[in-house]
Amino acid sequence: MLILAIDTSAVASAALISDDAMEGVVDSFATEDTRSHAEVLAPGIEKLLAGADVTGADIDAIVTGVGPGPFTGLRSGIATARTLAFVWNKPLHGLMSLDAIALEVAESTVSASEFLVATDARRKEVYWARYTVTDGRLPELVDGPHVGFASELPDLPVFGAGAGLYADVLSADPDFAGTQPNAASLGQFALARLAAGQALLDSTPLYLRESDAQVPGPRKRAL
Amino acid sequence: MTATFPQELKQPLVLGIESSCDETGVGIVRGTTLLTNTVSSSMDEHMRFGGVIPEIASRAHLDAFVPTLQESLHEAGVTLEDIDAIAVTSGPGLAGALMVGVCAAKALALATGKPLYAINHLVAHVGVGLLDGKPDAGAAAGLGAGQLPENLGALLVSGGHTEILRIRSITDDVELLGSTIDDAAGEAYDKVARILGLGYPGGPAIDKLARQGNPKSIRFPRGLTQPKYMGTAEDKGPHRYDWSFSGLKTAVARCVEQFEARGEEVPVADIAAAFQEAVVDVISSKAVLACKENGITDVLLGGGVAANSRLRELTRQRCTSAGITLHVPPLDLCTDNGAMVAALGSQLIMAGIGPSGLAFAPDSSMPVTSVSLPAQA
Ligand SMILES: [Zn+2]
Repeated sequence: MLILAIDTSAVASAALISDDAMEGVVDSFATEDTRSHAEVLAPGIEKLLAGADVTGADIDAIVTGVGPGPFTGLRSGIATARTLAFVWNKPLHGLMSLDAIALEVAESTVSASEFLVATDARRKEVYWARYTVTDGRLPELVDGPHVGFASELPDLPVFGAGAGLYADVLSADPDFAGTQPNAASLGQFALARLAAGQALLDSTPLYLRESDAQVPGPRKRAL
Repeated sequence: MTATFPQELKQPLVLGIESSCDETGVGIVRGTTLLTNTVSSSMDEHMRFGGVIPEIASRAHLDAFVPTLQESLHEAGVTLEDIDAIAVTSGPGLAGALMVGVCAAKALALATGKPLYAINHLVAHVGVGLLDGKPDAGAAAGLGAGQLPENLGALLVSGGHTEILRIRSITDDVELLGSTIDDAAGEAYDKVARILGLGYPGGPAIDKLARQGNPKSIRFPRGLTQPKYMGTAEDKGPHRYDWSFSGLKTAVARCVEQFEARGEEVPVADIAAAFQEAVVDVISSKAVLACKENGITDVLLGGGVAANSRLRELTRQRCTSAGITLHVPPLDLCTDNGAMVAALGSQLIMAGIGPSGLAFAPDSSMPVTSVSLPAQA
């Protein structure tokens, strides 16, 4: 099974995931910054496919991170994934983006059986979710995702760039203080879940916040 | 690799994508023939806010894109394999809204291997004038298919923009003669409609009510018309062909309050008529002035406010007395749509201009001097 995974909930990233490749990852890329999705994503995927000598026809499924993440960036990946899936006529799955970091935590030497993953939600808030993990199993989402102030999170070890930003109020793991969701981990998670017969999400974005639009109040006086 | 384009292609089949404001548009043209113009609007979702909310528009674009694409292919009876090139609005417009269309267009180009053109939205409004008349498709602005008049101008009036352009060549020589320095005309309509309690969108509501009012009963200011802004034909002032509508909106609010303060009934129809007259008067007079002083003999009217009956009437009247021919495309091609993007894309291809590649960024303030983006090295 060959999966093209895309996540733009923080940085822009894409990966080709196959059960034939070592650790499942054929190739992947991720940007450093969180503001150039529109420019880098399509050329990055183009290069990824060319480098692996793969065409759309070879891909079995497309997986996209559905956030939470800053809206404009998040939509770049989902718009890309939906369009590719439509043109290539392939199944499209969504995965909660914080799952990518949870998988990396579960596969690391960290021994926490219950932990939080947090990313930057801007406006002094974080996106976060709570996971449990038992040896040798995939991490399990038990609460979230939510958006809120770092100081209001449950008292558990926290992993991910959101923890690094608020290390003063969170018990942040330094090895994961800059970790962002990326398509390689997300794709591996998706492959593992599909192999285990577990369902994935659809591609509906998890905005978690309303659009900020205000219904106008009574007219302000101009005099 | 992304395909390069055979320059000799005469009647390219182009799919155009538009997402710069609240309309998700996909249009398909073959050369200068319109095949389909499919639009999904999020206007209803903005209604209770009295104006376009960028985040709501962006969310709607994401969900509307694939269904709109599918519908347009179906309506045109073509497949993606048949398409020769894809064109997308890369600016100007709302940044978050543009981003959705641009990312989707890039994915479409990537997945199909077709060349992609990143196109200027304002110039695309002029591009519809090049579509030839096909009765059932409702095209034709009377400009003559594929051939623009030599001294062409375009007056674009919508909720997102108010501009007068000079088009020497639609593929590579467009000049901005004047524009609004604050609100767009359509935005002023929306804001005034809210002041008058007429709902959203404001344009049709005010246009309708204005017919029952006396436009001369109240005099509202015409922005940027004082001599210090206008100057003379020889020694032009800094805003000779520019507009400003924010002062007008304030004047309307003040007028309503004065009636209220005096305990009088607010003459809503008269205010609507007088406001509309002020907008239309200043738009048409400055546009005609810009045309006369720049040797423009043909003007194309574009943008959603082209639907306004008084704007069409007064602009036509003033153009006629100045010896200028006014061209008004069918209304569904005046409002934002994908067909105009496809129409301009088709012109670029027929002129042998190369595609933009996949690495460009949307530009919310893309200048009209940039008709399409060149491929990055
Ligand atoms: Zn427009």
